Amino acid sequence: MRYAETGYNLEIDLSRGSVDKVETDPKETALHLGGNGIAAKMLFDRVPPGTDPFSPDNLLIFGNGLLNGTCVPGANRVAVNTIAPLNGLMGHSLMGGMFGAEMKMAGYDRIVLRGKAPDLVYIAVHNDKVEIRDATHLREKGMYDTARLIKEELNDSRVWVAAIGPAGEHKAFLASIDCGNSSAARTVGPVMGDKNVKAIAIRGTKDVNLAHPAELWEMCSRLRKELNANPNVGDWMAVDEDDSFHHNNFSWGNARVRRKTFWSASLEERWRNLKYDHMSRQTGCWNCPKACHNVIKWPNRRRFSYKCYGKDTFHMASFQELDFTYEILGVSQDLGLDSYSTPQTVAFALELLDAGILTEKDFPGMPTDVRGRYYHLLHKIAFREDIGDILADGVSHAAERIGKGAEQFDHNTVKKFEQLPIKLGKLNPAYYLMIATGEDMAITQIEGSFPQDPILDPELREEFISKWDAVPDQKFVEWFRQWQKRDQLPDDAMVAIVDWNECMHYLDDSLGFCGFVSSFRGQFGGTTGYHVWNMPKVITHATGMEFDKDRLWECFQRNRNMVRALNIRLGLKRSMERPPEDHWAVRNEEYEQLLLSKYYDFKGWTFDGTPTKETLERLSLGYVAEDLIKRGILAEDDVTALNDPRAKKEKE
Amino acid sequence: MDNNGNKTRIVKEIKVDTKKCVGCRACEIACSAFHAIPKFSSVNSARSRIMVTMDEVRDVFVPLRAGDYAQAECNGRNAYVIDGKEYDQCTFCPASCPSRDAFKEPDSGLPLKCDMCESQPPLEKPMCVDACTFGALIYEEKEVAIPVASVEASQEKRGEMKTGLESLIRKYGIKNVTETVARLGKKG
Ligand code: SF4
Ligand code: SF4
Ligand code: SF4
Repeated sequence: MRYAETGYNLEIDLSRGSVDKVETDPKETALHLGGNGIAAKMLFDRVPPGTDPFSPDNLLIFGNGLLNGTCVPGANRVAVNTIAPLNGLMGHSLMGGMFGAEMKMAGYDRIVLRGKAPDLVYIAVHNDKVEIRDATHLREKGMYDTARLIKEELNDSRVWVAAIGPAGEHKAFLASIDCGNSSAARTVGPVMGDKNVKAIAIRGTKDVNLAHPAELWEMCSRLRKELNANPNVGDWMAVDEDDSFHHNNFSWGNARVRRKTFWSASLEERWRNLKYDHMSRQTGCWNCPKACHNVIKWPNRRRFSYKCYGKDTFHMASFQELDFTYEILGVSQDLGLDSYSTPQTVAFALELLDAGILTEKDFPGMPTDVRGRYYHLLHKIAFREDIGDILADGVSHAAERIGKGAEQFDHNTVKKFEQLPIKLGKLNPAYYLMIATGEDMAITQIEGSFPQDPILDPELREEFISKWDAVPDQKFVEWFRQWQKRDQLPDDAMVAIVDWNECMHYLDDSLGFCGFVSSFRGQFGGTTGYHVWNMPKVITHATGMEFDKDRLWECFQRNRNMVRALNIRLGLKRSMERPPEDHWAVRNEEYEQLLLSKYYDFKGWTFDGTPTKETLERLSLGYVAEDLIKRGILAEDDVTALNDPRAKKEKE
Repeated sequence: MDNNGNKTRIVKEIKVDTKKCVGCRACEIACSAFHAIPKFSSVNSARSRIMVTMDEVRDVFVPLRAGDYAQAECNGRNAYVIDGKEYDQCTFCPASCPSRDAFKEPDSGLPLKCDMCESQPPLEKPMCVDACTFGALIYEEKEVAIPVASVEASQEKRGEMKTGLESLIRKYGIKNVTETVARLGKKG
């Protein structure tokens, strides 16, 4: 018997209309855990480089984290992976809520879509019964109606429906895949649209088996209570109404304007009332003792929910206030648009209009007021009409297509991916490395374990350290003790910190943990819920596989290198690993390049950022090395970055 | 006995505060794990004797414990409007009934019923209540008086039962009767 996982994938070929339940190899679980790890391997093995993301040969994988659907609290993330049309690299987005657990109870660890349906379909899964059903009557329906109609059709109010809206059907790169209160928001939606899959509806009534029942239950019920009581986990923005941090420090509009004194006590009071006067309740995800989603009922709008920074993006892009976000966010979600990159793209378009690069003629029928313009453009984007057809592909592609200097206004993307609008005065080495090299693309998917700021008071610092259970190695404690200024630590410390931060995200994304109870929540307060010391025990009790910190860390390295090798094979280059030119005021090109080399070297990668043969072989990825060598991407004797003559020249 | 000398019994009650429910399904997980054999060896919402009906758009969040088996579905239903929110009758109905697959053992289709986590030694509180960190499920034990009329009625009924059983024993023999009763007891 398989424990914690079901041991089966649901493979659906949409071109042929075939459905296969495929038994998986437990050795792969032992090596890659699940989620994005196994997905990266599948994409490497099965999608040859050069495959157009919009080709039937691309895969769209809904991969459960290994611990989803068990009694382990806070494990519910499904990694949705594909080759992303946005940048041709591995697309990765995480969906919380119920979809993963329901998939497990239906008997599957992951759903793998390939091919392309001849016309719009939806997939209905009830345990072993899998149907590909006509969905032409759902064409261009919003998220809400799609889920409602499918539930009615299946006569089952307990199915969970992951769907795309009109934006996904029109293959907007800004399209998301939503299920209940959760969303795989970035880069993956258009591939679902291309495959002509409107939705996957899933319901399961099978057992998810656990290896060491009594031990696991005891540990989980303790963890559930600890997480519930721990103020450092969960989403602060769900409970703390002081949001001065984002509003005063992040840039507004097209990542352009800092409003350092925007926040005030009276504003906070006003916004608090706005929220609580309209909030129905807060909701959570499968088996999590935190509830991060604020459910809002706004006049003349359907009830919707949001979490975290999703509260800010619309009104900050448009220089409005919270009421605007409350009024438009549900509409945007229903169209199936990502609430992160969409407002940035609209702000970018309106800036081009101000600058005269685009003209009124490009926006036929657009209202004159800002709010009206946002609604107007949302619809244009979701249905790819007029200028919306160009904007639907996000800032970077739009800038290229518009030309005439529009490229200058694309100043907040890395690898074509819209970033948080954080523009700094000077370089912060750890932040630079994360934003430059991250393959989860968004900084929030990379940072989070090592504190963002030093603690200067020695007494408070020692108190922090005494509770710092998450720290994987004493060296981090030593660095933390000597740390005085945010941007000043030895380079090798910065590199190791980035590595640890990444490690936690990769573990979360393969095990199913939500970052809010794990990888993202070590940076403030230090006492996050999960870390490399308690994760192994949880895995052992749930799966029966013996795990310890070292073996876990190796899984991270294996998955990290798998993703890296995949992306290198897809065309990722060192030159693409750079933040936007204006990300900090004073740039030091030479130092940045040196840092990059040091980081590559630490990772066991070449000067070009490719894992060396030795690195791959050490992680049982010899076949990956062979493939890269065969393709001429890697040489047998390639050395790590700092041993490369180019790096030596850099130093001189 | 209460102060007035009436007979009493302990009623176990789970109060549900639907306003506090966040829809995390920890209650379903705990119930299904507790009733798994061996204990805690699996999770399966469909085996849970508590089920959370949830719909964010209508703001309906109702955890519901399984009650008795109903042979037929209702021939008409009520729709309730409470605080402006619409609920259908099934949302509050604990029956394992033919109209839905709720509260049925997924393999056999046999009805499931909440047993208040009866176990030896007894739990401090039921598993679902313990798992609900949001306070939506509140456990209470109440001592309630058994109405005199019902005590008398049950005594009367016992008398009738005794006569009936005696005649059965005369007809079939005590062994057959005890075996049949034991078998029926198991099915319930
Ligand atoms: S911490 Fe919040 S977002 Fe994360 S799983 Fe729990 S409820 Fe969901
Ligand atoms: S009281 Fe026990 S048996 Fe009843 S629903 Fe709760 S956990 Fe299940
Ligand atoms: S555990 Fe509590 S909050 Fe969670 S679904 Fe059950 S009743 Fe609701």
